Amino acid sequence: MGVTIEHYLVLSALLFVTGAYGVIIRKNLIVVLMSLELMLNSANLAFVAFSRALGDMTGHVFMIMALTLAAVEVAIGLALVVAIYSHRETLNIDVMKMLKG
Amino acid sequence: MESLLFYIFAAAALAGAIVVVSNKNPVAGALALVLTLFSTAVLFILLLAHFVAVIQVLVYAGAIMVLFLFTVMFLNLREESLGFDAQNIPFKLGALFLVLIICAFLAGIGFKKGLSSVQAVAVEENFGTVQGVGEILFKDYLLPFELTSVLIVVAILGVVVIAKRGSD
Repeated sequence: MGVTIEHYLVLSALLFVTGAYGVIIRKNLIVVLMSLELMLNSANLAFVAFSRALGDMTGHVFMIMALTLAAVEVAIGLALVVAIYSHRETLNIDVMKMLKG
Repeated sequence: MESLLFYIFAAAALAGAIVVVSNKNPVAGALALVLTLFSTAVLFILLLAHFVAVIQVLVYAGAIMVLFLFTVMFLNLREESLGFDAQNIPFKLGALFLVLIICAFLAGIGFKKGLSSVQAVAVEENFGTVQGVGEILFKDYLLPFELTSVLIVVAILGVVVIAKRGSD
């Protein structure tokens, strides 16, 4: 019994929900960003798995686009982390209520 | 052989992901994230996506993780600023229940479509190589590719503005 597309999709789903769980329960802004990376990475895995199953390389192109998006998101997110930390002296996301009405 | 490699690196990826989510120290979390990203790169090679696997190691495990580690060490977080995570057990159980439902839904999609097994599909000679991916990227998806560079320029400007405003 070889490895099928379903194996990769189940692994992708597990990685995605692990990242989602981290985004929900963690209060540390840097760990929340890392969990977001996990979610993006699992989506990339699903892209490449479907690409292999269908014999079509378009999924690889989309994976490269998603990777670029992840890099941009991390750059901006970490710039915000540095700015917020120098302002508030904490990374607890419960303290960050600047946009609260 | 292939299924053995798959199970080893799938387990490694999941273990790394769980450490990222559960570990209190962001440095340990970042290193566990490296494990997950490397294992995913190996899975990409098993899926014959060689170019994408190299990009994964270079960009994710290289550039993005260095950025994370640099920020964590730059901020010089103290011990008391790390221990504020939620201890609320019902909240955690509720979140776990929610993500398990999402997981069942996502995994169900894969089984419902009745896709053929991975080995069954024959692929062309240059599948997943630099040539194959490059031809699609620069012929069919040239405009999105160029728009990506615009996105990166905007991100650079945004980062400079945010960092400058935060410093004064």
